[in-house]
Order: sequence, then C-alpha cells, then structure tokens
Amino acid sequence: MAINKVYESADSAIADVEDEAVVMFGGFTARGTPTGLILALKRKETRNITAITNDCCGGWRLGDVDVSLLIESKQVKKVIASYPVAGSPSRVCALERQYLAGEIELEMFPQGTLAEKIRAGGAGIGGVFTPTGVGTVFAQGKEKRVIDGKEYLLELPLKADFAFIRAHKADKMGNLVYRRAARNFNPPMATAARVTIAEVDEIVEPGELDPEAIVTPGIYVHRIVKRNETETR
Amino acid sequence: MRVAKELQDGFYVNLGIGLPTLVANFIPPEKTIIFQSENGILGVGPFPEEGEEDADLVNAGGQLVTLSPGGCFFHHADSFAMIRGGHIDVAVLGGLQVSEKGDLANWMIPQRRVGPIGGAADLAANAKRVIIPMEHTTRDGDAKIVKSCSYPLTAKECVDLIVTDLAVIEVTKEGLVLKEIAPEWRVEEIQALTEPKLIVDKDLREVEL
Repeated sequence: MAINKVYESADSAIADVEDEAVVMFGGFTARGTPTGLILALKRKETRNITAITNDCCGGWRLGDVDVSLLIESKQVKKVIASYPVAGSPSRVCALERQYLAGEIELEMFPQGTLAEKIRAGGAGIGGVFTPTGVGTVFAQGKEKRVIDGKEYLLELPLKADFAFIRAHKADKMGNLVYRRAARNFNPPMATAARVTIAEVDEIVEPGELDPEAIVTPGIYVHRIVKRNETETR
Repeated sequence: MRVAKELQDGFYVNLGIGLPTLVANFIPPEKTIIFQSENGILGVGPFPEEGEEDADLVNAGGQLVTLSPGGCFFHHADSFAMIRGGHIDVAVLGGLQVSEKGDLANWMIPQRRVGPIGGAADLAANAKRVIIPMEHTTRDGDAKIVKSCSYPLTAKECVDLIVTDLAVIEVTKEGLVLKEIAPEWRVEEIQALTEPKLIVDKDLREVEL
C-alpha cells in the first residue's frame, strides 16, 4: 500500500498530544513557525507542556503566532530556549512575567548549543563537547574536558515526544523542502522526536519533489498537515 | 562606520542584532563582504525595497532582508557548526561591558534576572575576530570598559577590538591598547571614563572614519 502520512487537519494531527508532553517547536522570530499546529494545541488545551523552542516572546510582527500563545494560556510548565525573552527589557512577555513570578520553569542554552543538543538527540549521539559557554553561567554544573589544550563543556542530547515543524512542501511520504530562512530549527527538530508533525504550504505526490533538493528525508516525518491560510496567516 | 574599515574584502562576517547590523550600510562598493545570519543565511543583502519583501527572509533580529547573489540557506545546526567551527572571520556584537582581558557581557542586566543569550555566546567564543562597537560609558556615565565584568559573561577572553564613540581600543595580552581617539578628546579624559589602565599606542592617532 502506498505510504500516505497526510492528516485531515491540524487538530487530528495533534490529537494524541497529552498533558506533560515534551514538544519541540520549529521556527525563529516567528518565521518557519508551525502556527496552525500551535493554534490547534491551544484549542486542545493540553497542559503542563515542556516546550523546546529557540524563542517564545512573541511580538515580532502584528498577528504572528508563536509559542508565547501557549505560555499566555498557561499551558506550558517549562521552556527550554535560547532567546526566551525580548532583547529590550522594556518589552515584558508572558514568559518573563511567569518566570519572575515563579510560575514557569526556564532552562537556557546558547543558541548553537541548543541546536547541537537537538541534532545529537536525533543522531543517536550521547552528548557533545562544545567550547561555547566556558567561563560563563552556562558552564554551571557541567562536565568540563580539555581537548588539545582547549576547554569544552559536555552538553547532553535533547529529545521530545513530538516535534511540530514547518516546511514549504511535502510529498505524501514525508520528504520535505523548505523556503529561505524559514528552515532554521525545523530540520534538526524533525529528527529528534518520537512523532514529527510537519505543517506545509503544499502537498505533492511522491516523485514530484527534486530528490536533490529534499532537506528532511521522509523517514523523520510521521504526519503531514496542510496549512490553513485563512486561520494562520 | 569605523567598524566597517576592519572588514576586509572577501571576509565572512556576522553582525549582531541592533547597532552592529548598521555596519552593513558602510561597506564601500569595491569590497565584497559576505554576511552570515545565524538563522541560516550566507549572503544577507540589504533591506528590501517596497514590494520586494519576503516574509520567509529575515535576519537574526527578525528584520526583513534580501539575499545577495550567490547567497544560500542552511539549518540552525549547520549554521552554528559554521560559527563554532571557527569559519566566521569577524563577529560584530553589541556590548554592555568588556573587561581588561576581553571578557564580554552583552546579554543580561542582573536586575532583570532573565535575558536572551541567543547566538551571542557561540559567536563571541568562536569567531576568528570579535569587534564590539558600543558607547564608551552607560547613560549614567559609568564605565563599560571595566577591570572585571559585573554582568553575566557571554564569553571570556574573546574580544579583539572595542570601538566606542570616543576611542578605538585593542585587547592584547599586555592589556588594553588605546589606538585611536576621537577629535578634541585627550587621553586623560578617555582614561577617566575607562576603569582599567590604558596603554597608549606609540602611533596613537585621531579616529579615521
């Protein structure tokens, strides 16, 4: 039987994302963000989510959807991120308010460390030694190793129950191509979850995507859903 | 403007969010600089003209940009392999404090108790050369070039050059070397606004823009 990973709707694709789920969210500054899946998760009212995301402070552009939406609705118990709050101290987002009130847990990593932990999670690597963060608060409690005279920190892999990712096109087997800088965290996250759900602009038949241009091979992608532009933007 | 002079033809350069992003406006046409953005772009071009905007093409600050001819895209893990692997010639980053030894603090004001580190730690620790354009002092007149940073570090011993509104200062093993000074300023006046002792370069000159 031909493989077909296409789901009817974002709601059906995320129907088994239950309370306490660990979810990776692709996207960067609300570009390449799976906005339809985020809105569906808000409707489902799943709670106590651990959200792994680069950023989650919203406010990038009017009407943009990102993980901040789920934080505002108190569905998130912990955030793992590199850019969790706005650069400007004057713009206080939901995460910053909840974190300072002790209502949400926050674990931060330098952006490259976050990306590499996710890559390691997907690649079956037990950890990576990175020079980033040596001599800073990001080194606290981490194993150090001197390799060739240079100091490194041990960073452990990150995995998730679900990865919500956004791509440009999928074929029905789950092969994905991306568009411009909307690629960002989506490809590494696609590899690091038990169930990867891709939200895409267009779904085509197997064989219609140029095999040389496929960035995420279908083996990593379990569910595909077409974006609903009237709902998301 | 002064920072642009440090960028050589053919360099791969990452410009941090905010003030550093403006450096791109001062590259003379005879120089080709390839700008990297950590969200997966090599060859970031100018801001788009009206009608040219593409929502999927933004820089690390979330601003709409264009792609220069020969530009390309890659994912975040590849982008930081590029950065961590020491392939970026120059990173230009914002600064809250820089220490005598070149430690950089640029991501969090302690009173806030939270801040965004983003890609700054990777860039500061791993670019071949790190340049920090910043105001010489805080708005309250406190030194930003300090003996030891009181703010949480982004990376230690990483800064190569500090370019302020008043001076150009190189970080060396011997200490901070005052290389250039703004017109109508005297060395003693710069020193008074700088915590560590400055070594005055024997070829000290006025800042050339």
